[in-house]
Amino acid sequence: MNLLTKLVGWIDDRFPLISTWKAHVSEYYAPKNFNFWYFFGSLALMVLVIQIVSGIFLTMNYKPDALFAFASVEYIMRDVQWGWLLRYIHSTGASMFFVVIYLHMFRGIMYGSYRKPRELVWIIGMIIYLALMGEAFMGYLLPWGQMSFWGAQVIVNLFASVPFVGPDLAVLIRGDYVVSDITLNRFFALHVIAIPLVLVLIIVAHLVALHEVGSNNPDGVEIKKHKDANGKPLDGIPFHPYYTVKDGLGAVGFLIIFCAIVFFAPDMGGYFLEYNNFVPANPMKTPEHIAPVWYFTPYYAILRAVPPMFGSQFPGVVAMGVATVIFFALPWLDRGPVKSIRYRGPIYKTFLAAFVVSFVGLGYLGLMPATPTYTIISRILAVVYFAFFILMPWYTKIDKCKPEPDRVTFK
Amino acid sequence: MNTFKKLVAAALLLVMPAVALASGAAVHLDQAPVNLEDQASLQRGAKLFTSRCLACHAAASMRYNRLNDIGLSDEQIKTDLGLPEDTKVGDTMQAAMDAGSAKLAYGVAPPDLSVIARSRSADWLYTYLRSFYVDANRPSGWNNTAFPNVGMPHVLADLQGEQHLVVEAHDGHETHKLELAAPGSMTTAEYDATAGDLVNYLVFMGEPAKLVRYKLGMIVLGFLAVLFVLVFALKKEIWRDIH
Repeated sequence: MNLLTKLVGWIDDRFPLISTWKAHVSEYYAPKNFNFWYFFGSLALMVLVIQIVSGIFLTMNYKPDALFAFASVEYIMRDVQWGWLLRYIHSTGASMFFVVIYLHMFRGIMYGSYRKPRELVWIIGMIIYLALMGEAFMGYLLPWGQMSFWGAQVIVNLFASVPFVGPDLAVLIRGDYVVSDITLNRFFALHVIAIPLVLVLIIVAHLVALHEVGSNNPDGVEIKKHKDANGKPLDGIPFHPYYTVKDGLGAVGFLIIFCAIVFFAPDMGGYFLEYNNFVPANPMKTPEHIAPVWYFTPYYAILRAVPPMFGSQFPGVVAMGVATVIFFALPWLDRGPVKSIRYRGPIYKTFLAAFVVSFVGLGYLGLMPATPTYTIISRILAVVYFAFFILMPWYTKIDKCKPEPDRVTFK
Repeated sequence: MNTFKKLVAAALLLVMPAVALASGAAVHLDQAPVNLEDQASLQRGAKLFTSRCLACHAAASMRYNRLNDIGLSDEQIKTDLGLPEDTKVGDTMQAAMDAGSAKLAYGVAPPDLSVIARSRSADWLYTYLRSFYVDANRPSGWNNTAFPNVGMPHVLADLQGEQHLVVEAHDGHETHKLELAAPGSMTTAEYDATAGDLVNYLVFMGEPAKLVRYKLGMIVLGFLAVLFVLVFALKKEIWRDIH
């Protein structure tokens, strides 16, 4: 017995090392027919690590002070060794996190991964998504540019439109009557410790819940229905080494795109780093056009699409809020006899296609100034967006589905 | 799956033209001749920047010795750029005029120019520097077609000369044109090149790391490409027994 085996044995007598490794990695049986869409879960985990590591080093050099924040970011870009690289990794990581998460969520919708018995996996995932939006929003204030400041001002003012308690609520969030140094300090605290801590905990819960029920697959059939004599699913393969090496390939492929952005187009034509954010925050000067970063724009477009009622913006705020949380209800809205899009009928496919178009279209419109034409298109697309969810119990039920196979298809 | 992809594509094709039609027209910008490989141009731009712009503007994030990156030695920075007496090469670029007096003189505090090329874009700066015209209605005597009612006077007027705004009415709509009324010490082509040098420098100053970013990026992508091939081969090998 060599030293390493002895050490592992010593630890295993005191801590469930081998059993945890087996349960979650070497003997976690995943369906063998995962396709391209199944890369995004592990990629999201990788981006989280990238963000935490780059974030730690940025925190060492950044100053959360309204007087010094903007200059300290430029100090990181110029005087800190590899500071520019850290900053671009972190800013690119923020946008890529949303790219990966949106694709990951779309995968879940397409293959019915939210359906029984995975409702909790989906719900915990949605909580992660909401926490991530909070994390991104607060992080965006930190560079203290014009878009940081006015973006935060606009979003916090949304809370002020809540009837009765709104204005007090907005003051409670800002800690001041306008976005100020106090707001910057608390957003910094929430961004670097509070939300990341919550994120890590719920991501662990997401994985524990997933490994309890097992992964779904592109066919939407349960691999646990067919097991061999040892109780191992016939269509399942151990996560390690099969999916560690496959996800590793996905990770390298993703890093090629990621690094191409970091090194050759870190501002992505103003979408990842907005040009106006290179102007220091000025509370006395409202920019002509305030656009949130691209990953919030579908919801921002919905907010603007709803006309004010009784002189209050609140209905728009409610619509925006509902648009983000309506995903929670998916497991109970879907009445289809099959899970995967592969065996769904034409009606479902039409609704899903319309939903994708509305999401992308609203994302584009949210970046643009609200002209009358744009507002009309936004309203149509917002109706399409909500119709996907609200009509789901009806159209999934009447749709003509194809029969599901008994076992997964694998070529 | 195929029907689904076709549906998405068809719907996007239906929506997008309507969206694209609704976008408005912007001010025409001339393309700036930016070339960060051209050290001579960057050095000419740096000299112009320190001698003209730093009179009123600061570039408080930029250290003088960062100009080493564009081939200027500490000695050259001290002598050729006329470094102020009490300034060291490791110091950041401060304005000669204090912000308070500048605000009194021009009505606005001159903005810091460290990252101006990133917020305004090189093309805008290039157009702006070539769009000043004489306007007796402005306190400074100058106006600008790219930045109407700008507070800043034309500090390069001795080089470019004086332009006048010519407004021509063509049945219903007006066209605005700038004409050189009194030539400066440079021809138009020379002045455009000089403005180009200055913008080139401003782009460098907006992000000095750009000089290494592209080169390092090629190495990183090359490494990842090799790694991808290796991991791909490993994946193929490990998955051989899965049918």
